[in-house]
Amino acid sequence: MAKDKLRHQTTKNDDTSIDLKGTFISVMLLGIFILVLWFGIYALFLSR
Amino acid sequence: MHLHKYEKIWLVFGLGSLALFLLIIGFAAFWKGTHPQSHIETIDPQNVEAHESFKPENLGLREVADGKYIVNIVASAFNYDIGSDDAGKPVKTIRVPKGSTVLFQVTTKDVVHGFQVAGTNVNMMVEPGHISRLETVMKNAGEFTVVCNEYCGIGHHQMFATVEVYDE
Amino acid sequence: MNKHLNFTKKESRLYMSFMYVTFASLLIGGLMGLLQTFARSGKFQLPFGINYYTILTVHGVILGLVLTTFFIIGFQFALLGKTVGLSDKQRKWAWISFWTMLIGTVIAAVTILVGQANVLYTFYAPLRAHVAFYIGLALVIVGSWIAVFTNFRQLYVWKKAHPGEKSPLLAFMVTINMAMWFIASLGVAASVLIQFIPWSLGYAETINVLLSRTLFWYFGHPLVYFWLLPAYMAWYAIIPKIIGGKLFSDSLARLSFILLLMFSIPVGFHHQLTEPGIDPTWKFIQVVLTFMVVIPTLMTAFSIFATFETTGRRKGYKSLFGWFRHLPWKDVRFLAPFIGMVAFIPGGAGGIVNASHQVNTLIHNTIWVTGHFHLTVATTVILTYFGVAYWLVPHLTGRRLTPKLNKLGIIQTIIWTLGMTIMSTSMHIQGLLGGPRRSNFSNYAGGAQVDTWINYQIAQAVGGTILFVAIILMTYIFIQLAFFAPRGVQEFPIAEEEIDAEPTPKILENWYLWIGITIALILFAYTIPVIDILKHSPPGSIPFDWPIGR
Ligand code: HEM
Ligand SMILES: [Cu+2]
Ligand SMILES: [Cu+2]
Repeated sequence: MAKDKLRHQTTKNDDTSIDLKGTFISVMLLGIFILVLWFGIYALFLSR
Repeated sequence: MHLHKYEKIWLVFGLGSLALFLLIIGFAAFWKGTHPQSHIETIDPQNVEAHESFKPENLGLREVADGKYIVNIVASAFNYDIGSDDAGKPVKTIRVPKGSTVLFQVTTKDVVHGFQVAGTNVNMMVEPGHISRLETVMKNAGEFTVVCNEYCGIGHHQMFATVEVYDE
Repeated sequence: MNKHLNFTKKESRLYMSFMYVTFASLLIGGLMGLLQTFARSGKFQLPFGINYYTILTVHGVILGLVLTTFFIIGFQFALLGKTVGLSDKQRKWAWISFWTMLIGTVIAAVTILVGQANVLYTFYAPLRAHVAFYIGLALVIVGSWIAVFTNFRQLYVWKKAHPGEKSPLLAFMVTINMAMWFIASLGVAASVLIQFIPWSLGYAETINVLLSRTLFWYFGHPLVYFWLLPAYMAWYAIIPKIIGGKLFSDSLARLSFILLLMFSIPVGFHHQLTEPGIDPTWKFIQVVLTFMVVIPTLMTAFSIFATFETTGRRKGYKSLFGWFRHLPWKDVRFLAPFIGMVAFIPGGAGGIVNASHQVNTLIHNTIWVTGHFHLTVATTVILTYFGVAYWLVPHLTGRRLTPKLNKLGIIQTIIWTLGMTIMSTSMHIQGLLGGPRRSNFSNYAGGAQVDTWINYQIAQAVGGTILFVAIILMTYIFIQLAFFAPRGVQEFPIAEEEIDAEPTPKILENWYLWIGITIALILFAYTIPVIDILKHSPPGSIPFDWPIGR
C-alpha cells in the first residue's frame, strides 16, 4: 500500500460534486421502515 | 474525516429515531414500571416448599382482593404444578375475569424453564434459585396457552397449561 | 496502488481445508434443519427413534458454531494472506489451529450424536451433557485463539516491514474481528473451563446458573457480530470491486469497524432481559449500549448505497435510480451478497425490536427469534459467504467460475430467498402469536391458538424443503468449483481507494486506544451487575442428566 501522499482536498470536500440523491432517498426509506415496524410492534405490546 | 451532507442528515435521523425509542421504553420502564421481570429474590431450588408462596397448599390461583389475584406455580421437568382441585386432581387451567390484575410467581425445582402466557406480555425465564414474578392486567378475554419456552429437556414441548380470561 | 500477493499451493490448500469443513457442515446442518421443520409440521415422525433435540443440537452447533467459525477463520486467513502475507511458520500455526478446531468439532459432534449432549448449542446449566461435549467446545475455542494470535502476528510483521504506512483495510478489519472474538470468547471459555468441566466431572457439586448464563451471553452477542463482520468486510471492500467501483471511504469503513468492536460486547443482557436476578436498571443500560451498536450499521447502509450510486453515475447513468437498475444483477458474486443486504433490512429492524427492553417480552424465546436469525445469519451472513465462495474457491483451486456455474449460483440464490422468505415470515408471525421456539411438535392443550401455530409450522416445512433444495444445489456448485470446473484464473477482488481519497486519520489505527475503550465499556457494563449476581447468588444447582435422556 502506497504511503499516504499529500493530496489536494478538492473534489471530496465539495458535496455538490457527488450526487447521492438516490442514496439519500434509499436510506430514508429504510429509516421509515424501521420506524413503522417499531411502532407497529410497540402498539401490539400495548394492546396486550 | 469527512461526512457527506446527506450522510450527516441520515445519521441525525437515525440517531434521533433510536433516541426516541429509548425515551419511550425508558419512560414506560422507569415511570410506568413496565420493566421486564427482574425479580431479585432467591430461594433454595432443592427446597422450594420452604418458601411460603410455594408450599403445596399455596400453589395455584388465589383472589387476594377484589379483582386482584396471585398465582403460585412450581415448574419442574416437564410440568407446571398449579396445585390440585377439591377432588385432588392437578389443576391445568387458571380462570380469571377480564380486567383483573394477576401476579404470577413462578420458581423451579430443577432446571431452567420458561413461562409464557402466549398472547399476553407475560413472558419470564424461570431459573433455579430465583423467583420470577410479574404482575399484569388481563386486558383481553380468551384462552391463552401457557408454554414453557426455554428448552428444559426432551419433554420440553409437553410442558403447558392454560389461562382462561372470561368476560364477566 | 496495492500489490496483492499470490498464494502458493501450500497456502491455498490451507485455506481450502477450512472451506471443505464449511460446506460439509452446510449439508449436514441443512439436513437437520429440514428434518426439524418436518417434525414440527406434525405430519412426519423422525425415523429410527431419533430425538428431535438431538438433531436440533446438531443443527445449532454445526451451523451456528462450526460452519461460521471455519468459514470466517479460513476467509480471514485468505484475506491476510493476500494483503499482508503468511510466512511458513505462520502457516504451520494456522494448520495447528485448523486441526485443534476440527478435533474439537469431532469430539463434540460424536458426543451429540450418541445422545449424550441433548443440550442445544447454548448448553444451559444445570442440564449436564457428557464432559466430552464441553471439552470439544473448549478445543474449538482454543483452536480459534491460535488463529487469532497468528493473525495478529501477520499484521505485526507487515507493519514492521512497512513503517508509517496504514495497514491494508481488509487486514485492519480482520484484526478488529479477531480482537473482538478473543475478548468475547474469554467469557465462554472461563465458563466452560472453570464452571462446566469440573461440575460435569463431579469435582464441583453445584454450578452458579445465572453466572454461567451471563458469561455465555457476554460471549453470545459478540458471537453474532463475529459472523456479521466478515460479511461487512465483503460489502465494504470487495463488492465495490465486483461492481466496477472504488471504496466509498476508507476512514468511514474503519470507523464503523471500531464502533462495532466497542459496542458489540457490553450488551449481552439484551439476551437476558426476561431473566430474574439481574437489576432492571443495568438491563436498561445495556439496552442503551445495544442501540449504540446500530450506529455503525446505519453508516454501513449509507456507504453501500453510496458505493452503488457513485459507481453507476461514473458509468454514466444519470437518472435518479438508473445506477440501481444497472447493477450487475447477473453476476452471482454480486447478487448473493446483495440479497444478503436486503435481508438485513427486516433482520436489523427486527433486532432493534428485540432489544427494546420490556418489548422483548412480546417475542422472547418465541419462534419469532428463530425467524429473526434465519434472516440475519442464515440469509444475510450465509448468502454473503456464498457470494465470497463463488470466487474464493476457484481462486484457491486454480479454476474458474464458469458462466454455467454462475447461472446455477443465481438460481441457488433465488431458491434460497424464496425458501427463507416463506420459512422466516411464518416464523415471525407464529412468534408474534406466542408460538415457542426450540420445541418439537406439540398439540399442547389444544384450542384455536395452537391450531393457528400448527398452520404456520406447516408453512415452515414448505419453506424448509425449498431451502434444502438450495443447499443441495450449493453443495453441487461447491464440488464443481473445488474439483471439476475448468482450470483458469479467478480474480480475488479487492477494491481500491479513489485516487483523490482523503488520507485516513492516524488515530484510527491506535489499537491501544480502541481496545482500551472497549475494555472500559465492558467493565462499566458488567462490573456492578456481576458483583450483584455473585453477592446475591442462591444455593448452586446440582447437575441434571435425566431430562436430556442420559
Ligand atoms: C435448510 C435450511 C435451514 C432450515 C430448514 C432451518 C430450520 C430451522 C428450524 C426449524 C429451527 C428451529 C427449531 C426449533 O426452534 O425447534 C432452526 C434453528 C436454528 N437454525 Fe436453522 N435452518 C436452516 C438453515 C440454517 C443456517 C444456514 C443456519 C446458520 C448459519 C442456521 C442456524 C440455526 C440456529 C443457530 C438455530 C437455533 C438452534 C437452537 O435454538 O438451539 N439454520 N433452524
Ligand atoms: Cu421447557
Ligand atoms: Cu444479541
